[in-house]
Amino acid sequence: MSDPQNYYSRKLEEIRHTIPKSNEDYERWKSTTLDPWNSKTNYVDGEHTNSSGIPIKEFYSSADLPQDLEKNLLGYPGEFPFTRGVYPNMYRGRLWTMRMFSGFGTPEDTNRRLKYLIKHGESGLSIAFDMPTLYGFDCDNPRSDGEIGKCGVNVTSLKDMEIIFKGIDLSKVSTSMTINAPAAILTAMYIAVGKKKKIPVSDLAGTVQADILKEYIAQKEWIYPPEAHLRLIRDMMTYCTENMPKWNYISISGYHIREAGSSAAQELAFTLADGFYYVDMGIKAGLAVDDFAPRLSFFFNSSINFFEEIAKMRAARRIWATVLKEKYGAKKSRTLLLRFHTQTSGYTLTWQQPLNNIIRTTIEAMAAVLGGTQSLHTNSYDEAWALPSEDAVKIALRTQQIIAEETGIPDVIDPLGGSYYMEWLTNRMEEEAYRYFDEIEKMGGILEAVKAGYIQKEIAATSYRRQIRLEEGKEVMVGVNKYTEKEEQPLNILKISKAAQKQQLDRIKAVRKSRDENDVRNALDQLEEAMRKDDVNTMPYILKAVEAYATIEEISNVGRKVFGTWKEPVIV
Amino acid sequence: MSEGKSLEPGKNQSLFNERPIKILLAKPGIDGHDRGILVLAKAFRDAGMEVIYAGLLPTPEQVVDTAINEDVDVVALSLLNGAHMTVFKKVADLMREKGVKDIAIVGGGTIPDADKPKLERMGISGNYGPGTQISVIIDHIRKRAEEVRKLKSAGQ
Repeated sequence: MSDPQNYYSRKLEEIRHTIPKSNEDYERWKSTTLDPWNSKTNYVDGEHTNSSGIPIKEFYSSADLPQDLEKNLLGYPGEFPFTRGVYPNMYRGRLWTMRMFSGFGTPEDTNRRLKYLIKHGESGLSIAFDMPTLYGFDCDNPRSDGEIGKCGVNVTSLKDMEIIFKGIDLSKVSTSMTINAPAAILTAMYIAVGKKKKIPVSDLAGTVQADILKEYIAQKEWIYPPEAHLRLIRDMMTYCTENMPKWNYISISGYHIREAGSSAAQELAFTLADGFYYVDMGIKAGLAVDDFAPRLSFFFNSSINFFEEIAKMRAARRIWATVLKEKYGAKKSRTLLLRFHTQTSGYTLTWQQPLNNIIRTTIEAMAAVLGGTQSLHTNSYDEAWALPSEDAVKIALRTQQIIAEETGIPDVIDPLGGSYYMEWLTNRMEEEAYRYFDEIEKMGGILEAVKAGYIQKEIAATSYRRQIRLEEGKEVMVGVNKYTEKEEQPLNILKISKAAQKQQLDRIKAVRKSRDENDVRNALDQLEEAMRKDDVNTMPYILKAVEAYATIEEISNVGRKVFGTWKEPVIV
Repeated sequence: MSEGKSLEPGKNQSLFNERPIKILLAKPGIDGHDRGILVLAKAFRDAGMEVIYAGLLPTPEQVVDTAINEDVDVVALSLLNGAHMTVFKKVADLMREKGVKDIAIVGGGTIPDADKPKLERMGISGNYGPGTQISVIIDHIRKRAEEVRKLKSAGQ
C-alpha cells in the first residue's frame, strides 16, 4: 500500500502512530451520560462533517491528542515547527497587511481605486487583471471583445502599467500582482515602471503569483503547455534571486483550488504539493534551498467552516516547516516559515440577500486572523454580482479594521492553540494532506498528476458532491436553500462601461504609432532566440521587449511560436 | 439533420423519449472558471442526457460548428467573466446566420438581472445564476429540447 521509499509514505505512517487509538473515558461518558440524555430528550444526532469529509464528534478531550503534542507538534510562536505562528510576537509586533485585491476598467480607474484604498488605510496594493491580460491577449484582439476591464484592469503595454502606478511611491508600498501565465511579462513591466521612477530594482517589494501549476489544476488561465511555463518561472526565480531581494516570486495559491470546488484538506494538500514542486525546481536550477525557498509565499482561502479553516492554516505551517527541514535539508529558520496571504471565500458569497455576505466575510476574516495570516483580503458583499462598488469595498476593509482594533483577537498569539478540538483537527488535516502527498508521489509527482487530470477530477468530484448536498438540504446556504425570500431588490452594482474598451483601444493605437518598430522587432527576435535555448535566462529579454513597448500579446506570441499552446486533459 | 426515420402520423411522440437529450456545454469567452459547468456536466449526465463539453476557450465559431456537427438539441453557454452580452450574442448571431433554428441556446453564470431580458430577445433562455437548483435548470433544458425537437421533426 504505502511505499517505504517515499518520504510522504513514511511521514503518514509516523503521524498515524501518534494518534491515540482508544478513548475509554469518552466511551464511558457517551454510554453513561450522553446517550441516556439524548434518549430522554428525544434527540437524534444528525450528520456532522466538515468540507474535507472528516466526521466531527460532539466533544473532544485530551485523550484525542498525542502525548507529546506541545513538545513535538506545536512548539512556540516563531519556533519550529511554527504551528503557533511564524513570528515570535505575531500581531502584537505588527498587524497583518490589509491588502485589498483591486483593479478594474482602465488603468486610470484602477489608479484612482488604489489611491482611494491607500487614503482609507490600506497598507499594501494588490492588482487584479482582466481576462485578456491573464491569457496574454491584447485589448484589440477579437477574443478580447467585451472583456476589457472586467474582472480586473487591462494591461496591454507598459504604458498601462505606468498609468496604474502614477503618483504612487513604489519605494513605500509593496505590490502584489495576481498574474500567472504572463507573470514574467508583468514582473518585467513593474521593473520597467520602477526604473522610470528611478527606484533601484533591488528596492522593489512585492509578490507576483506566478503559480502556474495551480492554473492547470484550478483557474485554467494558461498560454503554453506546463513545462514551458515552468521554465519561464524558473528563469524568473533565478533572475529575482540575483536581483530583487524584496520580491516574492511565487505565491503558491490554494485560493483558486478551493474556489474551483476543493475541500479544505484538498486545498491544503494540493497547494503544498505545488510548493514542493517549486522547491524541487529551484534546486534543479542550481539554487540553494536556503537562498530561494524563503521567497516562496502562500495564498490560502478562508471559507466558512470556521475551525476547519484555522486548523488548515496551522497544519500548513507545520507541514511546510517539517518537510523543508527533513526532506530538503533547509538550515535557516527563515526558510522554514510558511508565510501566507488569505482571501475570504468568494464562493460562499450569495447574490441572494447580499448583505448576509458581510457576516460571512467577517467570520472568514476572523478565521484567517486566528489562523495567523500575514495579509488579508476581505471580499465585498456585492462580489457575487460584479466587481465591488466603492461603498462595498470600504465595508470590507472596515471589517478587517474592526477585527484588528476592536475585538482584542490580535492581542494573543494563536489563542485557540491547545484547544482539544483545534489540535485534534489540525492533526487530522495534516494526516489528510500526507495521504494526498503519498498518492501524488505514487503517480510520479504533481506535474504528472495534473497532466493526467487526476487533481482536477478530485476537485470536480468534491464540488459535485457539495452541490448535491446543497440540493438535498444537507448543507445550508442561508438565503439560497433556506430562509429564502421571494421578492428581492437588485443591487446597485459596479458597471464597466464600454468606454473602458474604447479608451484602451485608442491607447494601444497611440502606443503602436509612437514606438520604434525596429526596436520592438529586434527585442522580440532576441527573445525568441533566448526561448529556444533552455539554458538561457529569458527574463532580461522579456524586460527589453517590454521597455520597447512590445505588447503582452506580441511577447506571448513568441512563446506560442516556440512552445505551442495547451489543451487540457478530458475532465468531464 | 436528425436521422430520416419514417413516422406514422400520431406516433411521433415516442421518438422524443427514445433518444436522450444531446447537449453541448461551452464557455465561449476567455474564462477559466469552470466549477459551475463541470458540476452541470455531471448533473446532466446523471439526468440521462448525452453531454459534450467543449473544453476551455472555444471561440463562438467553434461552439456553433460543434453544435451543428454533433447535431445537439441544446447549447448551454456559461460565463463568469462579464462578457456574456458580447460573446453569447456572437453565438446566437452565428446560429441565425447559419439558419439553425432547431438548436436551443440556454445560458448561465454571473448574469445581472438587467441583462436577462436582452439575452431572451436573442433567443438565449434560462440565464441562471449561482445558487439555482439543478432541477430547475434540468426542467428548463428538457422543455427547450422538446421545443426544438418538435421543430426538427416538423422540418423533415
